[in-house]
Amino acid sequence: MPPISYSVTETVCCYCGVGCGLHVQTLDGKVLGVLPARSHPVSQGKLCIKGWNAAEFVNHTDRLQTPLVRVNGELKPATWDEALELVSSKLTGIAQESGPDSLGFLSSAKCSNEENYLLQKLARAVIGTNNVDHCARL
Amino acid sequence: MLVDEIRSVVKDKLEGLDGVVALAEEQGRITPHLYTPGDDLSTLTLGPRYPLALVLRDILKRKPDLRLGIVARGCQERALIELANWRQLSLDRVVVIGFPCSAELAAECRCALPYPNEIAAGEKVEGVQDRLLEEFRAAKSREERLAFWQRQFAKCIKCYGCRTICPLCFCEKCAMEQETWVTRGRLPVPFPAFHVIKAIHTAGMGKCVGCHACEDACPANIPLSLLYALLRQDLRSLFGYDAGLQRVGKPPVFKITEEG
Repeated sequence: MPPISYSVTETVCCYCGVGCGLHVQTLDGKVLGVLPARSHPVSQGKLCIKGWNAAEFVNHTDRLQTPLVRVNGELKPATWDEALELVSSKLTGIAQESGPDSLGFLSSAKCSNEENYLLQKLARAVIGTNNVDHCARL
Repeated sequence: MLVDEIRSVVKDKLEGLDGVVALAEEQGRITPHLYTPGDDLSTLTLGPRYPLALVLRDILKRKPDLRLGIVARGCQERALIELANWRQLSLDRVVVIGFPCSAELAAECRCALPYPNEIAAGEKVEGVQDRLLEEFRAAKSREERLAFWQRQFAKCIKCYGCRTICPLCFCEKCAMEQETWVTRGRLPVPFPAFHVIKAIHTAGMGKCVGCHACEDACPANIPLSLLYALLRQDLRSLFGYDAGLQRVGKPPVFKITEEG
């Protein structure tokens, strides 16, 4: 084992729809910080203050490590399968009981184009509603 | 090819080191990289100008017992020497694998010294005189210069990128974040305090090596390298000091403080 492991991962900033390139530095498995991505076609080595600090939350003590499910009014840690199972059964239940248009789907500028596409696909093709909007209009 | 020669030097040096900081290129993406003994070096690139001294500094800060190499241009070698002058790292832990810049890059950077003290491969190109400085001083009156910087600084979006990317910005607490000078969450930034703090605390203290990392990171295209070069010129004529040229006992700012 080498005494050090340092790596740089190129990723996209999660804060807005511009999609700036980030180089996230990791030292011995721990996120060290962000560097701008010089060769990124969108941001070309430039970032705003949010991009520069986009990795700050990764090691934050307040960060949720697992999904939480409310049981008898109390939030309890759950697995992704349990959480998604619950969401899916609730959504299908509401759609069957009150019709698909009783549901709405809010997408986000923090998501990629592809993720937003998938959300509207879920709303229209799976649930059957055109109630699709954006978090900025909340 | 220069890069092939550097790869072979890195291969040799790696045998006695924990790693070598360099740029890597894969599928058109250029990233800082730490090569460790036995690594495939075919991705190693000399790349564009890049503040690798910052990467090395941040790794050594957390792992001070390592012995690391760095593939460095002249400005990055000077950044490391100046960091050592400010007791921010020990050069005993660092092996510089230096290479000269191309004549084109030297011209683009208006760099007087486009090569490191020690060159592992390649041929030195001649330094370039920064004509922009003379032109700037000659063409503009004091009032015009003030108006020029007022226009430039008004573009600032306060990303702090010029500070964060600077290899020589190492203070634990940054004056650019102190409420006394800069109100949090407000734009435009106070003129001229915000940019003058940065300028004085880097170039004005004789720390700026002119690597252009600040200007490359600026989303507002503020000509920071011009501002700092003007200050560096003043430091040179007043104190005979150029950042990072050699190890010194004390950078000039300490001498001023001691003399009162």
